[in-house]
Amino acid sequence: MDRDKLLDIYTRTMRIARFDEQMRSVIMSGKLATLYYTVRGQELVTAAMMAAANKDDYLVTTYRGQHDQIAKGVPLDLLIAEIAGRETGTCKGKGGSMHITHPATGVMVTTGVVGSGLPIANGLALASQNRKDGKITICCFGDGATNIGAFHESMNMAQLYGLPVIFFCQNNRYGEHTAFADHTKVENIALRAAAYNMKAIHVDGNDTEAMYAAAVEAVEHARSGKGPVLLEAMCYRMMGHFFGADFSYMPPDHLAEMAAEDPLPKLRKLMLDHQFSEEELDGMVATLDKEIEDAMTFAFESPFPSAAELTVDVFEEKIVEGRYGA
Amino acid sequence: MSKITMGQGLNRAIDEAMAEDEGVILLGEDVAAKQGGGVFKISAGLTEKYGEHRIRATPISEQAIMGACVGAALTGFRPIAEIMLMNFVTVCMDQIVNHAAKLRFMSGGQTNVPLVIRTTTGVGVGFGGQHSDMLEAWFAHVPGLKIVTPSNAADAQGLMRAAIACNDPVIFIENILCYGLQSDDPGANHVVPLGKAAVTQEGRDVSIITYGRTVLDALEVAGQLKDEGISAEVIDLRTIAPFDEEAVLASVKKTGRAIVLHEAVKAFGTGAEISARINEKLFGQLKAPVVRIGGAFSAVPMANVLEQAWIPNKDEIKEAARAAVKWGN
Repeated sequence: MDRDKLLDIYTRTMRIARFDEQMRSVIMSGKLATLYYTVRGQELVTAAMMAAANKDDYLVTTYRGQHDQIAKGVPLDLLIAEIAGRETGTCKGKGGSMHITHPATGVMVTTGVVGSGLPIANGLALASQNRKDGKITICCFGDGATNIGAFHESMNMAQLYGLPVIFFCQNNRYGEHTAFADHTKVENIALRAAAYNMKAIHVDGNDTEAMYAAAVEAVEHARSGKGPVLLEAMCYRMMGHFFGADFSYMPPDHLAEMAAEDPLPKLRKLMLDHQFSEEELDGMVATLDKEIEDAMTFAFESPFPSAAELTVDVFEEKIVEGRYGA
Repeated sequence: MSKITMGQGLNRAIDEAMAEDEGVILLGEDVAAKQGGGVFKISAGLTEKYGEHRIRATPISEQAIMGACVGAALTGFRPIAEIMLMNFVTVCMDQIVNHAAKLRFMSGGQTNVPLVIRTTTGVGVGFGGQHSDMLEAWFAHVPGLKIVTPSNAADAQGLMRAAIACNDPVIFIENILCYGLQSDDPGANHVVPLGKAAVTQEGRDVSIITYGRTVLDALEVAGQLKDEGISAEVIDLRTIAPFDEEAVLASVKKTGRAIVLHEAVKAFGTGAEISARINEKLFGQLKAPVVRIGGAFSAVPMANVLEQAWIPNKDEIKEAARAAVKWGN
């Protein structure tokens, strides 16, 4: 695999991993009380996906989406400030971790409703198709989202119109507390593409080279005008549904399998195989840690939004007392 | 003077907006030429002019229609989603309430959703419980949505132009019984601003505040009341949310009596909000309690006799006006 591309994927992966660890630590310390959906275990799949896409491609993701946003390039200072509810955050503190938006890096919607991103992704892709702007839309969701009606409506419509969209299913094997086999009877999600006559790719998301090759194949397909792709990357959600939540419902053999497949040590080994040294890798992580530390400082030193924000951004015009029953 | 129907007015407004801006697109079931230009023919002739990539006939997939329109709107397009009947918005409420309405706010103003949701409904044609509801109160309760409904052809044309130009989501309710209504032709590029009510009949004694098809009933009743010496003013809100509070309060200040009339179920309807605001702002100046008139508290029935009993009728409006005028006299 191309060494520069591998380095790119490694940097994106470790930026996510270090961010996630620091977020959990700052929540554990009591400094920040917030609902946080940890992305531990899903760092690599999205790093490889976004490394295959362009910065101006559109992204739609979900509440468990910080890894997707970071991989897409959302600046960490704005991201952390948003999660901490500060006025300097991407959304002035009005969205929070479940609703990160950052059009400058193509992050158009982060939804807190499972499966709701797919119909919207079609619209972004439809606009690109009409404009012929060459952009594709990447829509991230989990295996749990594939049993809601919106998934099926969207898959059918995307294929009907031949939209440039990648339905990127990060199959982390749990929908909230329910294991894959307890919510779905097909063997995998990629099989469902056949029902829509859609191209499907099924890949081991913890295998960097396979994952990146799958991402490139999906991007080329969507960008060339051949229509949508359902790309299913197998991975693991290595902690509870949200950070701090109990996950004793995960059986011991699943936990053991998960630990053996952890993408981070596997990627580090691949980097060493590609003649990156331990010192180089540690140095890169130290640089990322500094970036995250600076972003944390920026976020926690930023002011909270003012109450006047409640009258702004509801409509284009400000809410005026009397006119809206306020 | 030449006349246009409400259907023609809507078609013209969409046609004009599409000619002006490539980003105006229409998505809905049966809307393209192949399917006949929509069940009510509102998009007739548009596919031939603008192509199937802009007039997109969709599968029967309301969530996918609404989501696609939200997504396209986020990029600066001005999509129009046609939801064939208002009851079918219930299957895409998530996209409307959680996404279209909130994305501007939740993104801190980085994105917005310039979307028009066109939909049809109406009581009186025997379509029964799942094809007749007026659900505007549901949407009026959600910050971020505007709601419009015309009572005549010229307003339909002008409000549609304004709705398409609006940078926020607008729910545009068309009454199934009103498509054939005729107005004097307002001409090309007619715009009726959102949020502005019209005083369709001036009067001194009682204000009838209403919108949509019941404006016609109110006008007819106002004409009949004249013979009894009661001078009724009729306010056509045109925009239901945010409604023109200034116009409503000015009228009720003058008459001291208000009847809020709508086709939707009376209980917890928009009439309750309008009535509450009149009471809050004009408490000392009212000569009579504010009266609400609306649909019965049941599903809309099919049998004509039941349907007519369900819907607010002209005698009820007339009686309410007479009773109001008796107060303070």
